[in-house]
Amino acid sequence: MSEVRAPDNNVLRIEDLVMYFRTQKGAVRAVDHVSFDLGYNEAIVVLGESGCGKTSLAKAILRLLPRNIDTYTGKVYLEEVETMGLSEEEFRRQVRWVKMSLVPQAAMNALNPVLRVGDQVAEPMIVHHGVTKEQAMAQAKRMFQHVGVPVDFINRYAFELSGGMRQRVALAMSLVTAPALVVLDEPTSALDVLTQANIFNTLKRIKEDLQISFILITHDIATSSELADRAVVMYAGEIVEVNDSATFFTTPLHPYSQKLLASVPRLRAVQDPEFIPGQPPSLVDLPPACRFAPRCEHRWEKCDEDPPIIHKGRIQVRCWLHA
Amino acid sequence: MKTLRNTFKELLRYPSAIFGLAIIALLIALSIYAVISIPYKEALRLWRGGEGVWDQYPRNAPPAWTNLFKSQKVPETLFLSSADGSAEKVLYPGENDVNTIVMTYTFDYQFDTFPDDMSLFFKAKFTEKQPHLSISWLPPAGEAFRVADFGAGKAKTYPFSQDTKLQRRLAGLSPEQGLFIADPKAGLTPPVRGTYKVRVSATTFEPDSDVDGEFVLYGQVYGLAGTDHLRRDLRVALLWGTPVALAFGLIAALGTTILTMSIAAISTWFGGWVDAVIQRITAVNMVLPFLPILIMIGTFYSRSIVVILGAVILLSIFTGSIMTYRAIFLQVKEAPYIEAARAYGAGSWRIIFSYLTPRIIPMLIPNLVAAIPGFVFLEAALAFLGLGDPSLPTWGKMINDAQQNGALYQGFYYWVLEPAALLVLTGLAFAMLGFSLDRIFNPRLRGL
Repeated sequence: MSEVRAPDNNVLRIEDLVMYFRTQKGAVRAVDHVSFDLGYNEAIVVLGESGCGKTSLAKAILRLLPRNIDTYTGKVYLEEVETMGLSEEEFRRQVRWVKMSLVPQAAMNALNPVLRVGDQVAEPMIVHHGVTKEQAMAQAKRMFQHVGVPVDFINRYAFELSGGMRQRVALAMSLVTAPALVVLDEPTSALDVLTQANIFNTLKRIKEDLQISFILITHDIATSSELADRAVVMYAGEIVEVNDSATFFTTPLHPYSQKLLASVPRLRAVQDPEFIPGQPPSLVDLPPACRFAPRCEHRWEKCDEDPPIIHKGRIQVRCWLHA
Repeated sequence: MKTLRNTFKELLRYPSAIFGLAIIALLIALSIYAVISIPYKEALRLWRGGEGVWDQYPRNAPPAWTNLFKSQKVPETLFLSSADGSAEKVLYPGENDVNTIVMTYTFDYQFDTFPDDMSLFFKAKFTEKQPHLSISWLPPAGEAFRVADFGAGKAKTYPFSQDTKLQRRLAGLSPEQGLFIADPKAGLTPPVRGTYKVRVSATTFEPDSDVDGEFVLYGQVYGLAGTDHLRRDLRVALLWGTPVALAFGLIAALGTTILTMSIAAISTWFGGWVDAVIQRITAVNMVLPFLPILIMIGTFYSRSIVVILGAVILLSIFTGSIMTYRAIFLQVKEAPYIEAARAYGAGSWRIIFSYLTPRIIPMLIPNLVAAIPGFVFLEAALAFLGLGDPSLPTWGKMINDAQQNGALYQGFYYWVLEPAALLVLTGLAFAMLGFSLDRIFNPRLRGL
């Protein structure tokens, strides 16, 4: 059974979350001892290269496990409930979309092609709150207005909408049951820049209007700085830095974060965007050292040991430079 | 709904689809007509036959329209009754409750051969004294000829051919021949054409006494479909065979496809041992002989059409299509929208039935339509093998009867060809529709 703990003003608190996949070569350490927390009405952005475990983290939080799961441990406190202790059925009924919803990666394809988008948005209401179809449709209409989709689109099918509209519909679907937390997995990766900006403005407005917390997973560092209150940087399945966005976007602590931010092109800047030489390590066969060390400019002898997480208030950084 | 309408619109671009749909519409209309005009119980009673049901019909008579292809026109079967007004009936009141009823049966005889037989069926109403009947024959030219006199009885049949006294008076010719010849003593000559009359005058001896009679001229052809060895009108079987065949085909095809689809989806979604069990059952079922099992069920258990239908569906579920659908579902299962549905807490059943299965419906519909004639033929084949429902008139049953009575050997081609033509037509219609649907749902075939 789930253990109850006193609310500490956090909507989500993750402690030592581990998710490994089983492959023929060995266990893939996709999410490796991750801990962070998220306050009410706070937006946190998860940054990192492809394959560093961002989406796996989202799946681990939402317990959308692939079939080849190897290890799945840790503690996830959502509001007062420790969700890892819930059974699959309890989790489905009490957590998914009731407290926490997901806008999946490539949300454009996340809509059922044979359902009208209105029905699709109303579905979670019907599944979880047992309301009548009419009530659910009314709520769906309100959500369409919130995310800026014309209400008469309710009878259309997904293929009749543009990418931006589909994204908004997926967003409406994630908000319809009024969850406390929404996980957005690369919500804008397939959209043009104008639409991206538009969606982020919508997200901002929704955050203020509905008092929702967001976990935003993205590659798009520049646009995410608009929305995020805090930033999490992942590298090779680990969190290397958790920081407030105000400090993070100006003075990141971890060398990887610095490189990541330096790779963002800047208008009228003198220097070219930088890249990080080399590739992230294979998540199957990781050395007991700093995982970023082979690519790091600031490497020194300490880096052959696995760095600890250094806490400075709510700030975390996993680097010997800050020890 | 919209896709359905679009599909239908697109369908009308294919002439074969229009042809198929037209025939299917015709068959459906025929089924509705059959069920309305001959209610189920009535159809069973008629098909069972027995005493008094088919006495007025000729035996093994081809349909009347075969006359069009014959140089010698053979007589059609004729019913004239004083009760329904097709014959004249006049009452001449007399004294002392002695009344005379005269019934006149008039018919035009324009054929080149003689009828098989003629009969008069009387029904009389009286308490003690039976009416007296006197039959006379009025040829187109010449004098009236007294046929017979007798007392009516409550129900009396007078078959002309079995009246030996009459035969002697016609110079030894059988009455159904002799009565149509101008001079029986000159031997057998072709029948005289023209209007004949049979006059029956009945003398009743009671105030409420009444007589009605039906005159039947047993021709060598009958009706639209002809009759079989039990004098049954084959129209009953042809008409009732339509709804039975369509219902069997449709229910079997629908049941099989829907169950197959659902089981394939369940197998794929749950995976693990569920998948393993379903796939092993399929593998085993696929090597089981289908027809012999059905024959065993029909022989040892029941030949009721419902039981056979159930067995057919059960045996057809776990076949190759379960593997085909499973292959598609394995792909669909990984689609992002399925994961999204899982994320918002849709249960397994909701995912299976509103997310997985709708994806293969476009593929399912052509398969479904193409499967219908297969099951229609199967039903006919089972009936032909003697495993048809014994009480139901069906096309297969007709062919079975025809085969057992040596229809082709004796030249009763109509008996086999009629149901065979309907079977072929049904198969053709669904096949043509199925091919067109396949072309619409399978764009790669469009160039062909």
